[in-house]
Amino acid sequence: MNVLTEHEVAAVDEIPVGEGRAFAVDGTAFAVFRLRDGSVHAIQALCPHAGGPLADGQLDDCVVVCPLHSYAFELATGAPRSGPTPLVVYPARVQDGAVLVSLPG
Amino acid sequence: MTATYTDPTATDAAGRRRLVVIGNGMAGARTVEEVLARGGGEMFDVTMFGNEPYGNYNRISLSNVLAGSEDEADIFLNPMDWYDDNRITLRAGVHVTRIDPYAKVVAADDGTSTPYDTLVIATGSSSFFPPIAGMRRDDGTLLPGVFGFRTLDDTRAMAVYARGHRTAVVIGGGLLGLEAARGLQNHGLDVHVVHAAPTLMNAQLDAASGEILQRSVEALGIQVQTDARTTAILGEQKVTGLSFADGSTLACDMVVVAAGIRPNTAVAEVSGLTVERGIVVDDQMRAVDVDDVYVVGECAQHRGEVYGLVAPLWEQAGVLADHVTGTDLSAAYHGSRTATKLKVAGVDVAAMGLTAPEHDDDEFVVFSEPKRGVYKSLVIRDGKLMGATLLGDVSKVAFLMQAFDRGMPLPEERIKMLFDMGAPSAEVGAAELADDAQVCNCNGVSKGAITACVAAGTTSVTGVMATTKAGKGCGSCKSLVRQIVEWAADGDVQEDPSASWYVPGVPLDKPSLMQAVREQGLRSVSSVFAALAPDGREDAASKMGLASLLHMMWADEYEDERDARFVNDRVHGNIQRDGTFSVVPQMKGGVTSPDQLRRIADVADKYDIPMVKLTGGQRIDLLGVRKEDLPAVWADLDMPSGYAYGKSFRTVKTCVGSDFCRFGVGDSTALGIALEERFQGIPSPGKMKLAVAGCPRNCSEALCKDLGVVAVDGGRWEVYVGGAAGAHVRKGDLLATLDSADEVMALTGRFLQYYRENANWLERTYAFVPRVGIEHLRSVLLDDSEGIVGDLDAAMKRSTDAYSDPWADGRQPATPGQFRSSLPLTVLPQVPVR
Repeated sequence: MNVLTEHEVAAVDEIPVGEGRAFAVDGTAFAVFRLRDGSVHAIQALCPHAGGPLADGQLDDCVVVCPLHSYAFELATGAPRSGPTPLVVYPARVQDGAVLVSLPG
Repeated sequence: MTATYTDPTATDAAGRRRLVVIGNGMAGARTVEEVLARGGGEMFDVTMFGNEPYGNYNRISLSNVLAGSEDEADIFLNPMDWYDDNRITLRAGVHVTRIDPYAKVVAADDGTSTPYDTLVIATGSSSFFPPIAGMRRDDGTLLPGVFGFRTLDDTRAMAVYARGHRTAVVIGGGLLGLEAARGLQNHGLDVHVVHAAPTLMNAQLDAASGEILQRSVEALGIQVQTDARTTAILGEQKVTGLSFADGSTLACDMVVVAAGIRPNTAVAEVSGLTVERGIVVDDQMRAVDVDDVYVVGECAQHRGEVYGLVAPLWEQAGVLADHVTGTDLSAAYHGSRTATKLKVAGVDVAAMGLTAPEHDDDEFVVFSEPKRGVYKSLVIRDGKLMGATLLGDVSKVAFLMQAFDRGMPLPEERIKMLFDMGAPSAEVGAAELADDAQVCNCNGVSKGAITACVAAGTTSVTGVMATTKAGKGCGSCKSLVRQIVEWAADGDVQEDPSASWYVPGVPLDKPSLMQAVREQGLRSVSSVFAALAPDGREDAASKMGLASLLHMMWADEYEDERDARFVNDRVHGNIQRDGTFSVVPQMKGGVTSPDQLRRIADVADKYDIPMVKLTGGQRIDLLGVRKEDLPAVWADLDMPSGYAYGKSFRTVKTCVGSDFCRFGVGDSTALGIALEERFQGIPSPGKMKLAVAGCPRNCSEALCKDLGVVAVDGGRWEVYVGGAAGAHVRKGDLLATLDSADEVMALTGRFLQYYRENANWLERTYAFVPRVGIEHLRSVLLDDSEGIVGDLDAAMKRSTDAYSDPWADGRQPATPGQFRSSLPLTVLPQVPVR
């Protein structure tokens, strides 16, 4: 069913503070964001509204805003502040300078 | 697991009794609000059970959410704080399975049992799924592609499924079905409505008005079939179509069942309460035959009636609360005369009482104008209004509802009830409305409640709406609420303070914000949030505006944080719908050369640029460039950025001017190139597009630019500001007529700097110039009435001196992965190659 496997996707320094970068593992594309407080969040790469690249969005300590039409989603839960549907959220953490993201399968 | 929360006979430490509410929908929440409003917080320890894992929301607005006209976040009625603030235990996602009315305990599916002193059942209703073959799979779940339309989860699931599918059929042409159809249409689907009855909305409308509604709905592109009884849903793995009683079929990808609702009475039935169509209650909303159990809302059956509208529910909740709190033990509910006013699929509909005459001497007044989609009818008996139907034009509904509600005397000329015959305007209407006339039919708010709220000191429309909840249901009464607030406040209406803030996340207008930034030496966006935002909170939507402001204020001292930039400003291109970027090299004054054109052509070939296009600003746009190709494209072009992506100085259009044009009276190209060279790339609150015309024929369209310069005979130049020819069209105002190109350069710098310092974020000059006034601009910029011209010149010089070509970033990325793809699995570009 819902088995998650943790993958090391990048060194944390590859993601500038306050920005996102996109990665793909085994056919799953996702965006990882590094917040000012040092935490990281991983969500699906595409905006559910019109496929906008969420890694290019602006963020604060709570939401990311899609660069195409400004729909906002909570980073921690994927819940839409506006917009049609929630995002898929993948558990993510930093350990020894590496970003680890847990993906299904 | 089993857990019992408290001893079933005890009250809590504060001596409060236990009020348990089954149902966290509009009825349950409204009842608790009414109880709290009567001091119930001191009397009761409140626990609410909700099937859905959310706080309570306005179900009426789900159709707006589906249509995309309202955000999910906006339909929540009480935020989670409300439960905490009122010490309510919310058990969301927990389903009550049984009530023991003798032991006074409810059992839930999580194994818990919860004792109560007073129980309220507010379980509402569910979508009714008529028995149609093929609707369910063997395990009882709905066939994929079949949806009900009742909950937020239904709405989300429909929106997700709509993507990638083309045709939807809505079974049921009532209110909900038509709303679902309209919502799905907004998701780009072809939508059919199939309705078993001969006319749409037959519960509220007669045949004539139903037919007019059908024409209006069909005009929106929704196909309607009436007299169509669905017998089977086709498809093995998922929906592929429908078949009907007449043997015909209809192919589709998705089916929404909106065939009505049924009260949720299962828990009452298994617990031995009296249930007919709904749970039977007396005039105090008590379940008959058991003690201390109340029922409210769509699951209650009162005097044989089960109501599916919100207005009766509010009345019931009030009576119930009067009773359980002991505020008024004589309070009684006598049933409701239901009147509805709503917008269904974009068409205004109001209906109350009878739709057609019943007695021989009933008067029936009808106006019908099918071409305009307007229908109005009245049923009058013994001089009293017994029913009314309005379609397409509901301007008289406030009066008719009052007349229907209290049997007011009616005008002799009946037509006056249907039309304003040279009659009072809406504002007078607000004044003339009786105090107890209901304004908000969703939340049951009277005109008197609104005027009382204003009298108590709330004079903003948003404040009154928040306090009274008027306009917080379907929203159709918002304009009437505003009129009443304006009337009651006698013109002294406060505007929402946040409307004046420069950005939403920092509660300061632009002058105060600039003063604080200057005084505290805040040079980075993060330092502004830390010092000036509530709790120091960052706000994503405010970053771009703050970055622009700080860049303008500090120029070379600005501490640039890349995350404060919008993606366009991070990678110096304009993001396109498929995540690629456009590249527009600088082409000063629209003048280019064979060498530049050769390089552009070579780049377009080398990088498979899917589209090469001339822009409106006399430049060449390379569209569909992959983010990772941007640095190489810039390097091969070896031209500076044209800034066709930022809130900044963009371009200067010119005509051919005096060198070649036989009409030219001024060298417009040379001046245009000089302007572009001087002011290239400076950030501003909105885009700045300029033009220079070499004669009054105005071939470069200088009269409708943010700043336009027109050469006139005698070597003079006219300078126009505040023009626009985009979504908004405006001819610029003449700021000055000057004697030399040097003076034009100087005045342009002053005007642009004044605009940068004083305009609100995203306020273009076409709004800014009329706001401050052209006379004011003349006096400040030409006569130096405020003594700031020297400062404006110095500030602008500092900005222009700090210019550097952003495309130089390509040689050494500013951040790791600056040009890394954000769509790693998508093959870009996805646009057709021309």
